[in-house]
Amino acid sequence: MNHEIKPLNVLVKGLLLFLLFNLVIAAWQPRVGQFSLYNILYPGRERLPFGENPKQSYNLSLFNLDAMFASHVIAGTPKADDEFRVIVIGDSSVWGTLLKPEETLIGQLNEASLNACKKNVRAYNLGYPTISLTKDVMMLSYGMQYDPDLVIWMTTLDAFPNEKQTSTPLVANNEANVRGLATSYGLRVEADDPNFEKKSFWEKTFVGDRRSWADIIRLQIYGVMWSATGIDQFYPAEYEKAKTDLDADESYHDLTSPLNEDVLAINALGAGFHVAGETPMLLVNEPMLISAGANSDIRYNFFYPRWAYDEYREIMFDLSERNGWAYVDLWDVIPANEFTNSAIHLTPAGEKLLAENLAPYILENCK
Amino acid sequence: MALDRILILAAASLLCGIFLRERGRAWFLLIASVLVIFWLQPALPIRGFDFWTPIATLVLVVLTWYFTADDETRKQRKNTIVLLIVASVVLLLNLTRFVPQLQIFTASRPPQLETTLIIFLISGLTLLALSRLTRFSASFLTLGLILTIGLFLTLKVPALTYWTSYALRSLTGQSLDGTRNTDFVWLGFSYVAFRLIHTIRDRQMGRLPSVDLGEYLTYVIFFPAFTAGPIDRIERFIKDLRAPFAGLTLGTFYPASQRLLLGLFKKFVIADALALIALNDTNALQVKSTGWMWVIVYAYAFQIYFDFSGYTDIALGIARLLGIKLPENFASPYLKPNLTQFWNNWHMTLTQWFRAYFFNPITRWLRSWQKPLSMPMMILLTQVATMLLIGFWHGVTWNFTLWGLWHGLGLFIHNRWSDMTKAKAATWAGTPAKQAVLNISGILLTFHFVAFGWIFFALSSPVASWQVLLKLFER
Repeated sequence: MNHEIKPLNVLVKGLLLFLLFNLVIAAWQPRVGQFSLYNILYPGRERLPFGENPKQSYNLSLFNLDAMFASHVIAGTPKADDEFRVIVIGDSSVWGTLLKPEETLIGQLNEASLNACKKNVRAYNLGYPTISLTKDVMMLSYGMQYDPDLVIWMTTLDAFPNEKQTSTPLVANNEANVRGLATSYGLRVEADDPNFEKKSFWEKTFVGDRRSWADIIRLQIYGVMWSATGIDQFYPAEYEKAKTDLDADESYHDLTSPLNEDVLAINALGAGFHVAGETPMLLVNEPMLISAGANSDIRYNFFYPRWAYDEYREIMFDLSERNGWAYVDLWDVIPANEFTNSAIHLTPAGEKLLAENLAPYILENCK
Repeated sequence: MALDRILILAAASLLCGIFLRERGRAWFLLIASVLVIFWLQPALPIRGFDFWTPIATLVLVVLTWYFTADDETRKQRKNTIVLLIVASVVLLLNLTRFVPQLQIFTASRPPQLETTLIIFLISGLTLLALSRLTRFSASFLTLGLILTIGLFLTLKVPALTYWTSYALRSLTGQSLDGTRNTDFVWLGFSYVAFRLIHTIRDRQMGRLPSVDLGEYLTYVIFFPAFTAGPIDRIERFIKDLRAPFAGLTLGTFYPASQRLLLGLFKKFVIADALALIALNDTNALQVKSTGWMWVIVYAYAFQIYFDFSGYTDIALGIARLLGIKLPENFASPYLKPNLTQFWNNWHMTLTQWFRAYFFNPITRWLRSWQKPLSMPMMILLTQVATMLLIGFWHGVTWNFTLWGLWHGLGLFIHNRWSDMTKAKAATWAGTPAKQAVLNISGILLTFHFVAFGWIFFALSSPVASWQVLLKLFER
C-alpha cells in the first residue's frame, strides 16, 4: 500500500472541506452559543456579559443571546422546591454599573434573605446596560425559560421613546428574536426598521461571521478570570459624578407635550406582560437623581426635563390602573447623594435602600 | 508583530521565492530588510526618533562591518554600490515626508531631509577617515564591542533609558514633563547587538569568514528574524545566502508554509488566547484562590512558550520561502527531564550564543588561574553569572535579576545533584517502567521549576512575585 502524502491533494481537499464547512454554517446557523463552559467548568456569571474593556473587566459585550444566557448563573441553577425565583430586568441601573455583583439591587435582595410564600427569595440579575423597552422584552422572553415566580421590571422614561427601541446594538443584531416577539406577543416593530443589522449569506459563513464566533470563544476564556477574581467590570479609581447643575433646557428627544403612544413604545409594556403570562410581574419606575442645583426647576436631572417626566409618571399610573398591572413608583426614594456617575446609577447604600423599599412588594406579589 | 504585517511579509517572500534568482534574491533580501526595520519601528514620543533609530541601526552595522572586514573585502567595489543603494532607500523613505500617501513604511512623518544628509555626511567622513588608516588596531574592535554593550545597557537599564529619553527630548526641544523610560524603544536592537558582538568577537579570534557589506547587512537585519530571532551564526547564514538559489520548489514550499501556518496558529490562536488569562501585574493581585492562581501561572508558562516558539516558526517559515534555513530555537523544552536539558532546548540560539561568548571563555579563564577554584565553586560562579546575564538581556531590573538567579542556582543544584545521584539513579531505574517514572517525575519537576521562575519574569515587582508564590502554596 502506498502511504505517500501528496501535499497538493491535502491542500485542495482541505480548502474544499473548509469551503463546505462555511456553506453549512451559513445555511444551518447552529446555535453554538447554547454550549458553554460556564456552570460546568466554572461558575456562571452573576450578571449578563457586558464590557467595553475586556482585558480589565474580564467581560465583553456580544450579541449572541444564547451565549449570554448560557454564561449566566441562572442557566446552571436548577430551581429548588423551596426557592422563590425572582428575575429582575432593566437597564444599567439593574446590571449595576460601578457596583460589584453583591452590591447591586439583586445582590442586596439576596443578602436580605427574604421569605415569600414560605420560600426563600432568590433574585437573578437579567439587567443589561442599554435603555430600551424592546430590549427588556427580549431579555424577559429569554428569562422566562428559567421558570421565575416573579418578574421585576425596572424601567424609566428614557427606555420609552420609539426611536430608542431598536437602535441598541443588542436589539439591532437580534432581529429574528424581536420579530418573533412581534408575532407572538404583539410587540410593535416596523416592517422596514433600518436599525436591524441584515446579514448577507456570506456574512453568515464562518469566515464572514468570525467576529461572533470569536466573541463566544473569548467569553468562555474570560470565564477563567471571572472565576479566579470575581471581577466582571472595570472599576475606575475615580469617576465624574452625575451632573446636578443643569442647562436651562426643556427639550427631551425632540418630543413635545403631551407625550403619547405615538412617540413612546407603550405597546412594549403590554407585550412584556403578555410574555410574562401567568407569572406575576411587578413594573417599577426606578429611582432617579432629583437635583437641587442650577436650573433644577426646569430639569430633574441630565436626562429629564420636569414636564416630560411628570407626564410620564401620570401615563404610567393611568396605564397600570387601566390594565391592572402591579406598578410601583419609586422615582424619589433615593437621596441625591446616593447616585454615582449617572442620574440612575446608585451607590451600594442606595441599592440597599432600594432593596428595602422593594422587598414588601415582592412579598405582596407572591402567590 | 501584527498578523497583517506577517502575512504581507510572507506574501512578499513567496513572490521573491517564485520569481527571483541569485542576485535578484540577494538584493530583495537586503532592500526588504532595510525597509522592514523602518516599517516595524513603532512610533516614539521623541520627535523623529522612529526614523533615526533604524538609521542608527544601519550606521552601526555598516561601521561594525568596516571594523570586522578584512582589507581585501573592504576594498571591493560592490560595497560602495551596496552603501549607495541602502542610502538611496533611506533617502527615498525620507522623501515620503512630502507625499503623505506614501508614508507607509514609517510610523510617523519622516523628519527634515537635511538632518539625514548630515548624518550620512558624518558617517561617510568617518568611513573615509577609517579607510585612510593603513592598518586596523585591535582596539577598534574592542571599542566597537564597548559601544555595542554600552548601547545595550542604555536600552536595558531603566534609569539609563530614562535619562536618554530626557536628553533626547531636550535635544529635540520637546517638553521634559512626562518623560518616561518607555519613550525610547529601539526595535530589534537586542538581536542586532548579539549578531554584532558575535562578529566582533569572531574577528578578534580570527575565525570570522570574509563577508561583503551586502551579506553582512543582510545577516544582521535579516527581516524574518529581526525582532524575535533566532540568532543565526554568520558563517552558517552566508552559506545559505551564497548557495545557488533556483527559486522556490514545491519541496521547499510545503515545509515552509507548514511551518509558517504552525507558527501563526501557535501565536495567534493558542498564545493570544492564553494571554487573556495568563499571569500579569494586574491579575496577580486579584486572584482569590490557590487553585486559580495555579491556573494563571500555568497559562503564563504555556503562553510564553507558544508566543515565542510561534514567532520562531513564523521566522523559519518565511526564511525558508527565501531559501534560508534559520536554526531551530525550541525543541519541546517543557518535555525535558532536567533543567540543563531545558536550557539546551529553550531559545537554543541564545543559550548557544552565551555558551560561546561568555560561559566557555569565563570557564577557561577561571581554570587558567594559578590556584583554580574548586569545581563546584567554578560551576556555581559560571552558571549563576551566565543566567544573570541572560536575565539582564531582558532588562536590568530586579525581577529579571531574580529570574536569572533562580535559573543559575537551579542549574548548579541540578549539576551537583546529578553528579551525586547519577550512579544510584542508573542502578534504581533498571526496568523500563522505573525509567519512565524517573523521566516523568523529572519532566514534571523541571516544568514546575521553570513555571515558578516565570513568576519573577512576568511580574515587575519582586514583592508581587513572592505573594504569588505564597498564594500557590497557601492552605
